[in-house]
Amino acid sequence: MNRSLGAVMLALSCAASFGVGCSKPAEKGEPEKTEKAADAPATTAEPKADATGPIKVGILHSLSGTMAISETSLKDVALMTIEEINAAGGLLGRKIEPVVVDPASDWPLFAEKAKELLTRDKVAATFGCWTSVSRKSVLPVFEELNGLLFYPVQYEGEESSWNVFYTGAAPNQQAIPAVEYLMSKEGGGAKRFVLLGTDYVYPRTTNKILQYFLKSKGVAEADILEKYTPFGHSDYQTIVAEIKRFSQGKPTAVISTINGDSNVPFYKELANQGLKAEDVPVVAFSVGEEELRGIDATPLVGHLAAWNYFQSLDTPENKAFVEKWKAYVKKANLPGGDKRVTNDPMEATYIGIHQWAQAVKQAGSTDVDAVRQAIGYQTFRSPSGFDIKMDAKNHHLHKPVYIGEIKADGQFDIVWKTSEPIRAQAWSPYIPDSAKKVADWTYPWACGNCTAPKYVN
Amino acid sequence: MLARWLLVVVALVVPAVAQADAFTDALGKLASEDLDTVRSGVQEIASSGEARALGVLHALRDGKLKVDGETVVVEDGSKWKRASDGSAITPAAKPRKVVANNAVRRAMAPAIARLELTSKDVGLRRAAAEELRRGTPPEELAPVLREAYKTEKDPQTKASLELALADVDLASADSAKRFEAVRILGDRGDISFKSKLEPLVERDADGNYREKDAKVREAAADVLSSLRWKELTNRIVGDVMYGLSLGSVLLLAALGLAITFGLMGVINMAHGEILMIGAYSSYVVQLLFQQYLPSSFDMYIFVALPVAFVVCALVGILIERTILRFLYGRPLETLLATWGVSLALIQTVRLLFGAQNVAVTAPSFLSGGWEMLEGVVLPYNRMVIVFFGALVVAFVWVILTRTRLGLEVRAVTQNRNMAACMGISTARVDMWTFGIGSGVAGLGGVALSQIGNVGPELGQNYIVDSFMVVVLGGVGKLAGTVIGAFGLGIINKLLEPVSGAVLGKIIVLGLIILFIQKRPQGIFALKGRAVEG
Repeated sequence: MNRSLGAVMLALSCAASFGVGCSKPAEKGEPEKTEKAADAPATTAEPKADATGPIKVGILHSLSGTMAISETSLKDVALMTIEEINAAGGLLGRKIEPVVVDPASDWPLFAEKAKELLTRDKVAATFGCWTSVSRKSVLPVFEELNGLLFYPVQYEGEESSWNVFYTGAAPNQQAIPAVEYLMSKEGGGAKRFVLLGTDYVYPRTTNKILQYFLKSKGVAEADILEKYTPFGHSDYQTIVAEIKRFSQGKPTAVISTINGDSNVPFYKELANQGLKAEDVPVVAFSVGEEELRGIDATPLVGHLAAWNYFQSLDTPENKAFVEKWKAYVKKANLPGGDKRVTNDPMEATYIGIHQWAQAVKQAGSTDVDAVRQAIGYQTFRSPSGFDIKMDAKNHHLHKPVYIGEIKADGQFDIVWKTSEPIRAQAWSPYIPDSAKKVADWTYPWACGNCTAPKYVN
Repeated sequence: MLARWLLVVVALVVPAVAQADAFTDALGKLASEDLDTVRSGVQEIASSGEARALGVLHALRDGKLKVDGETVVVEDGSKWKRASDGSAITPAAKPRKVVANNAVRRAMAPAIARLELTSKDVGLRRAAAEELRRGTPPEELAPVLREAYKTEKDPQTKASLELALADVDLASADSAKRFEAVRILGDRGDISFKSKLEPLVERDADGNYREKDAKVREAAADVLSSLRWKELTNRIVGDVMYGLSLGSVLLLAALGLAITFGLMGVINMAHGEILMIGAYSSYVVQLLFQQYLPSSFDMYIFVALPVAFVVCALVGILIERTILRFLYGRPLETLLATWGVSLALIQTVRLLFGAQNVAVTAPSFLSGGWEMLEGVVLPYNRMVIVFFGALVVAFVWVILTRTRLGLEVRAVTQNRNMAACMGISTARVDMWTFGIGSGVAGLGGVALSQIGNVGPELGQNYIVDSFMVVVLGGVGKLAGTVIGAFGLGIINKLLEPVSGAVLGKIIVLGLIILFIQKRPQGIFALKGRAVEG
């Protein structure tokens, strides 16, 4: 059943790229024929990669199941970016052909689909995954078959793979600056912290780092409250009452790594129990424009989120990016229509695909080893208005950090930002075990998880 | 009049700042884009004590204060006024809003309260005094508070001011004043004073008490022990109330299943999806209200209830007529078929409404809460759901025991063959029972839409809990379902603070397994032939 579903998705995606491919050049006044001809092989499944056909890339995002809510828009923005590159002449005189598969929010299926992309479709690169558990599931596949994965979501760090490029934030590009902001006078000078999360790997690891970080800043054990709830938890009465008690006496902030769905009941409960953002601000790492689109944002107003991109960023680059997205949504007739928004992982996907394309141009080949060597030299003018650099050593992006306050319309007011992009720390310096580890894929280290260089001369 | 009052206070308190240009300077700071400057601007406006200050701060609070170039202007409908003197102005460009963040807003509330302390409106004064009491008032505010305390007539405002002053006096150098402050705080006995009194009984690094006077220390320790006791009892009451609330949610989710599974014996895996359809019905009704009747938007919930009931009942009847009636007495096939139906329903909703969650806005009268005891806030929506749960139980009970259909349902449940012999059309009864069960699930869906997410997977989150409640309560007994739901809710909420939400859930599951081992028929056992058959 999964196989046939995948085939249907493949056919659909080909049809979609065919449709949109036709209309774009008409606007730009480019010859329409080449575009059609290049897209045509998409409908005939060509198994082997040759130097003249289109360049295949895999899109590995859940289009059904619980994660579909978040991941569908990443698939959409990936298709938009590929269309954009194709419209500008493609790569090495060839067109890019997206191969969309649906791992259906099923972690083992992610590995299966990744294998399929690498062996059957022979994709040059794959853009995909959202949850850390899905990334961990495909990691051995990409390493064994020497594929390239671009992972676009903020995550817990403590990883650097030869085969993965991380275009989302590491903890020091999101969580740590957010906590520093909360501790600052401007952010309310919080002295007590509630670390509240859903019970899985990302919140657990992030909170472990934050525990060490807070203690390094002199916050006492008694002033940290760490709480977890199961997936899909919807009754936050007890926890909010506890936060209320805990917040008495010292300025308190909540650091929330609650997963998407549980956020609505949590914020609703905060509002109903009268805990205002001025009293106890909640900073969330998983709440963005896309998550706020589906809900009534009034109870969330004034609470914070930390990201590397917001749709409300006031830069010419972002304006163009948002306009491009809106136009694409309209043209491709995506569900949601004019309510669709851009968000951080979408920007990360956009940057990732462009940097990969640049690296292919530089390498003059789609060969994984050649592209990997070239990608560390790429910078890309991102919608946030910075020249974003891929770090050749640890395979992470240098990213600016923003903190936004939620507005009633589901957008963010930016209240704090870094002056320039920050380099990612794949291994947290605050966890004693990790502090010793080095992620450096250049000579003589050539290692993502070592305490000593691989090559010693 | 107000202006004169303010001037009197200002003249008494801060004569030096009472120049007009202090206010203008402060106003200029609001035009800044630097949030820290804006924040100090707010504080300076408040301490300027001028009559127009309050208007400016209110405009800022309501988001009506804008910046036109360098000038701070107030939006008044479609007109614009200068914030400095209220004269009309036509802004050159589109004015931008004065930037505010939590720090600015945090400065705003006490600033407004400080100015409203001298308002003529008793309500405003009460609120202002309460606001100032809530935070620890800064030293410089003490003279303002003392002055207001002296002239205040309203006892409630006076009491709040007294507490605020006691708070200030806790740091006084005079031990008699400190003692008096502890006494005042102790008389009021709010749990929130705990953190203020604790430093008085603490020792510093050298082992000496921070509070030198033993009398003050003893008084503080006394007050603290009574506050701790109060906090504990409030917590337990709170947990029980939260448990009742969780129980009512479980009850509403499970009640439909208690009919379709409990009475009819259909292992209905699509039950969760019926809940989901109920929630989506309220979403659609809400959309229609937004479009056509925005003025009476809050009333949508009353229309959503019957709509959800009818829609879900129809879907239930459709499922029963087309699929289930061919499968009675074959539980395994029923399970698979209803599971298939549930997947089909999820996908249908995804195609119709998208995979995203949809926004169901709670009516305004359901937001907010009532502070039953200090630290125990009962949100209105939860209270209404408890009440609504009771109504739905009553509704189901009336149908089952006071109508002919109910009589037939019970007859068919107890002995299908005998009922058929007595001339009851069992097929028709089956159809209506399933329809009513689904309709009741739809009502549950409307309730769930008010507290959680509405998305295609909504049902998946409740299906396990629903089965748990019905099985625990005893299949086929309404009272069992009610007691099962509230029992689970309360046990869950009493365990949660001790063990955490994750472990709490596991413990509850463990307890249920043990219970079912001991008593497989559930809390209430059904007597009759159905048990053997």
